Amino acid sequence: MAVARYRIEVFHRFRDPRREVTRKKLTGLGFNVRDVHISDNYLVSVDLDGHQAEAVARLLVQPVIQEYLVNRPYTPEGFAYAVEIGYLPGVTDNVAHTVRESIEDLLKINLDIEKSVFSSTTYFFSGDLAPDEIEQIGMELHNPLIQRMKVLSYGAYLLESGMGMEIPVVSIHERPNADPVALDLPADELMRIAKEGIPDPDGTRRGPLALDMLSMNAIHDYFLGTEKRNPTDIELESIAQTWSEHCKHTIFAAEMDGDIPGGIFKTYIREATVRIRREKGEKDFCVSVFEDNSGGIEFDENYIISDKVETHNSPSALDPFGGAITGIVGVNRDAIGFGMAAKPVANRYGFCFADPFDRNPLYKSRDQGSRMLSPRRIMEGVVHGVNAGGNTSGIPTPQGFLCFDERYKGKPLVFVGTVGLLPKLVNGMPACSKRAMPGDNIVVIGGRVGRDGIHGATFSSEALSSGSPATAVQIGDPITQKKLSDAIVKEARDRGMYHSITDNGAGGLSCSVAEMARECGGFEVDLDRVPLKYPGLSPWQIWLSESQERMTVAVPDDRLDDFIGLMSRRGVEASVIGRFTGGKRGIVRHGGKSIFDLDMTFLHDGLPRKKISTAYRKKTEPSPAFPEPADMNKVFIDMILRLNIASFEFVSTQYDHEVQANSVIKPLQGRGRVNGNATVIRPVLDSWRGVVLSQGLYPSYSDIDPYRMAACSIDTAIRNALSVGGNLDKMAILDNFCWCDSTNPERLGQLREAARGCYDYALAYGTPFISGKDSMFNDFRGYDENFNEVMISIPPTLLVSSIGVVDDIRKCQTIDFKFPGDLVYCIGVTGDETGGSEYLAYAGEGISGRKFTAGEVPGVAADEFVRSYRALKRAFEQGIISSSISIERGGLGVALAKSAMAGMLGVSADLAAIQADTERDDVILFSESQGRLLLSVSPDNRDEFERLFSSVPIGLLGRVEKSPVIKIRGRKGKAVVKTKLDSVVKAYKGVFKDF
Amino acid sequence: MAKPRVLVLAGYGINCDDETAFAFRMAGADADIVHINDLIENRSMIDRYQVFSFPGGFSYGDDTGSGKALANRIKNNLMDELRRFIERDTLMLGICNGFQVMINIGIIPAIRGFTGEAEAALEHNRTFRYQCRWVDLAVENKSPSVFTRGIRLLHIPVAHGEGNFFAPGEDLSLIEKSGLVTMRYVKPGGAPARGEFPYNPNGSMNDVASVCDRTGRIMGMMPHPERGMFFTQRDDWTCIKERLVREGKDIPERADGFTIFTNAVKYFG
Repeated sequence: MAVARYRIEVFHRFRDPRREVTRKKLTGLGFNVRDVHISDNYLVSVDLDGHQAEAVARLLVQPVIQEYLVNRPYTPEGFAYAVEIGYLPGVTDNVAHTVRESIEDLLKINLDIEKSVFSSTTYFFSGDLAPDEIEQIGMELHNPLIQRMKVLSYGAYLLESGMGMEIPVVSIHERPNADPVALDLPADELMRIAKEGIPDPDGTRRGPLALDMLSMNAIHDYFLGTEKRNPTDIELESIAQTWSEHCKHTIFAAEMDGDIPGGIFKTYIREATVRIRREKGEKDFCVSVFEDNSGGIEFDENYIISDKVETHNSPSALDPFGGAITGIVGVNRDAIGFGMAAKPVANRYGFCFADPFDRNPLYKSRDQGSRMLSPRRIMEGVVHGVNAGGNTSGIPTPQGFLCFDERYKGKPLVFVGTVGLLPKLVNGMPACSKRAMPGDNIVVIGGRVGRDGIHGATFSSEALSSGSPATAVQIGDPITQKKLSDAIVKEARDRGMYHSITDNGAGGLSCSVAEMARECGGFEVDLDRVPLKYPGLSPWQIWLSESQERMTVAVPDDRLDDFIGLMSRRGVEASVIGRFTGGKRGIVRHGGKSIFDLDMTFLHDGLPRKKISTAYRKKTEPSPAFPEPADMNKVFIDMILRLNIASFEFVSTQYDHEVQANSVIKPLQGRGRVNGNATVIRPVLDSWRGVVLSQGLYPSYSDIDPYRMAACSIDTAIRNALSVGGNLDKMAILDNFCWCDSTNPERLGQLREAARGCYDYALAYGTPFISGKDSMFNDFRGYDENFNEVMISIPPTLLVSSIGVVDDIRKCQTIDFKFPGDLVYCIGVTGDETGGSEYLAYAGEGISGRKFTAGEVPGVAADEFVRSYRALKRAFEQGIISSSISIERGGLGVALAKSAMAGMLGVSADLAAIQADTERDDVILFSESQGRLLLSVSPDNRDEFERLFSSVPIGLLGRVEKSPVIKIRGRKGKAVVKTKLDSVVKAYKGVFKDF
Repeated sequence: MAKPRVLVLAGYGINCDDETAFAFRMAGADADIVHINDLIENRSMIDRYQVFSFPGGFSYGDDTGSGKALANRIKNNLMDELRRFIERDTLMLGICNGFQVMINIGIIPAIRGFTGEAEAALEHNRTFRYQCRWVDLAVENKSPSVFTRGIRLLHIPVAHGEGNFFAPGEDLSLIEKSGLVTMRYVKPGGAPARGEFPYNPNGSMNDVASVCDRTGRIMGMMPHPERGMFFTQRDDWTCIKERLVREGKDIPERADGFTIFTNAVKYFG
């Protein structure tokens, strides 16, 4: 076991704010913790003398508030147990990296990157605690997948003089060679390789290749037929990565049911975009769709705006913080890797969680030790991960949502997106036509390669089960990436130092180099030149590792010295690992030997197209019958208390949405700070143009009617963006399909229906898809609290994100009522279509203990809605809208409450004025009919407003009141809701007040 | 009037360099974004500038404490240059992480002079949560700060996890007595926040949001004036606009934070 030379412990002289936070958290979980002390520890494995060690320690304290000890244990008085949490070997330790750099700078020396410094934190607990309790506390404080824990009682801590000097140095002894893999095997043996991985000499397997028999046969035939040899392990692993569901979207590409030979991506998603662009003709604003790391649309005569939304679901289930931070920092690279490198100007997020108040455990296998993280820990970790990734990177994170359903308990969904800004011309050349040229150097910049994320791409193509590999878990390092991003976007790009650039994401070098080689032909790589975190990696691991914060760049010889020099001056490691060639083969060498030599056409296009059949039958269960509730006041407040409706201000305020100074319409709106549905940024500070961002999703509709689910998601994404001042003629959308159990024909049938809906409604609104992603196996197989076997599949979830250009941000509007006396209008028709709505979920839970999941899902009459949207646009242009909110989850009632709370003003409304095809007040209040908005208008503008909306169904619902009360009169003239704004606010903000 | 030249520091996770330079330029200065490695390599370049700006960001990821690692970098490499710089008739402005860096190198409040030792600290917010929100600030009358001249109240945002100002008892009273507190968090309208969240967003002692040195030429502040330079950056602009329209008044283009930058430029006028 390796030990450090020095152990520096830093602790607060006065009060460490973390103490109280930790104590409160633990007492909240039921632990009898009286007090907590904390020390931050740095284990330094460097040959320093005593004076130098003291000087290093002084670097690490803030002397006004902290003290340090070198090689002497911090021993706060009267603690019962000390718990030290550090990282496992090989897990990214960002703090340690900073400390190493500081030591290097102080002493002007160079240290080993991975073996010199390690960080840890020790918690000292006092209180009446039993040994098993302290173990449980430890479990709350760390995640054994990435961290190690050491527990000592007070006595043992004194006896052993503290926590000791052990350091988590990586020690691996992989086979340094590429092994051949015999493929002349019986079918079941071949399939075992696909399912469990390549066998190692000791009989263990390396982890799933996630290939089906069809693909294994194609590989078998290629090697034994064409190449007349067996593949090496690196070749086989590489093909599996390239062909994975994650990278090739095999289900979206598959021939479906005989009548969709091109597959649903080509037939429904891409075809919609092709047709819209054709129909728009001159007005087509798409610049780059479905080709690059992001999709791009025109912003103005000088700039392009890019957008991409990714998911990072499986890693976030295992390590929520690491999964989420890696996700957000990873999708940032989809902007940096767009065209010649776009500057990230905004992040998006969207989290689908189970009820965080649900304390029933799930287990991966039949033992207590395999307990999954609780929904609350997953939620807190994910929220924090995007906080750390987005804030640290200096990218504003304005736009996002939370969505709750019990079926996200096995796998949360973590959507992360990044909007980028790219000049149209870079060095006089179109910024989107990048091309690696034969002879260009293959340069890898950013972090080093470790065993992180091996099998990440294939892993996310499989359901989460006890075999899920722990190496799939990583922790992002936003500062390493920030350095890289600045060096590329602010300097190298505009100096024309490279021909092409792409992200190293899923599949690592194996995918990025092969992808870029498509631009020129082939490549030759020497793996010995790839910088490693630690020795001992097998060649296939180096080639496939998904170690983060890396990009691959094609640099011509005549710019190479400049490029490497610039990177070095910016603290970015850059290594030439090979060359792009004009040939047709990809060649990888290791130790002077060729270990990978593949025909690029086979690698990219050799994947046999799947044929899949679907089975779909529309659900026709009638809407559940139940009487109209007598106490609508209670229902009104109960709806506000729903997890899907309550304020998530705690997320909005911890995500910096003001950095880059581009914020215009913010996530929290009005004096009452209510979450809006859309945000606007101004990415170019001397232009009045803006970018509007929003999204729509209705996973609760999917099981009833996936076609309408897609329609509603598109309408909502668009309408939300229009509600703050967006322009339907300059709006694009992105699709993220997160599906489940995608070998099941019924699930695939739902998928087909949803994709058909995407086609029809993208076309109906003229909003092209510019980018998309899918994640098809969001299922959990394991055990419930009684160790009964369970499979939990997420509800099929389609996230539609909208992005649009706003011509003049000064015309934008927020959701808050502004002045007493303003008139309140509802635009659109309210239908008796509550299937899948929040209201039916609530009503069902109240009546039968389970959500109602039948009835009719709202329809989308796009042509009619467009008339409203055009009128809305004109009203915005004339500046006569005083507040605007799109009616979303929770319906009209929730929209009224939000505008009132945001404006801190009351409202009186009469449901008789609503154009509705039902007489039930509860349905009118909470139906989620699409195409509707709630607007307020100054009485002075009434005539003009009504003239603009004369051909559109509108209802003058009431007026804004000074007195802070929400008063709603029912269809039959009776007051049905009369509630003080205070109690609504208390409900709205109370749900997550302890988060 | 000759345009003052502003050096806006960049690199290692500083991330508000672009908008800070934009704000200085809009106020009439020439601003260059300079990577700290280039400055260390070519130290004398600092002599060409009249204003030195430490922008906001997450230098070194806040690892081991916000601003600390960048402060170490400066202490190890640039102390003589900084001393020479402030001995001239120059200005220095640190915002958010820049303020944290300045506190850690002891260049403010510098009640005992610029010794290189921190005299105060910006600790974790009392909520132990990153807070991105708009705040109200009152400028101290007796503050010598050049940057806050003519300003009484400001409405601009904060965005930080470690902005909780702390100084040991005697030092705090010395800072107060010397008039080195330049801005405090207040309630809308100007009543003292008295530590109350969210008006005081981080739990700072005496609601301190900003301090300067005795000359008033060197100031650090947690809130971000560059994020409050345009009217449309304000969190309440749609509401104010609605009022102004109804009153038949013009809608402004600038917002409170901009004056911090124009004051800097005016100083050289």
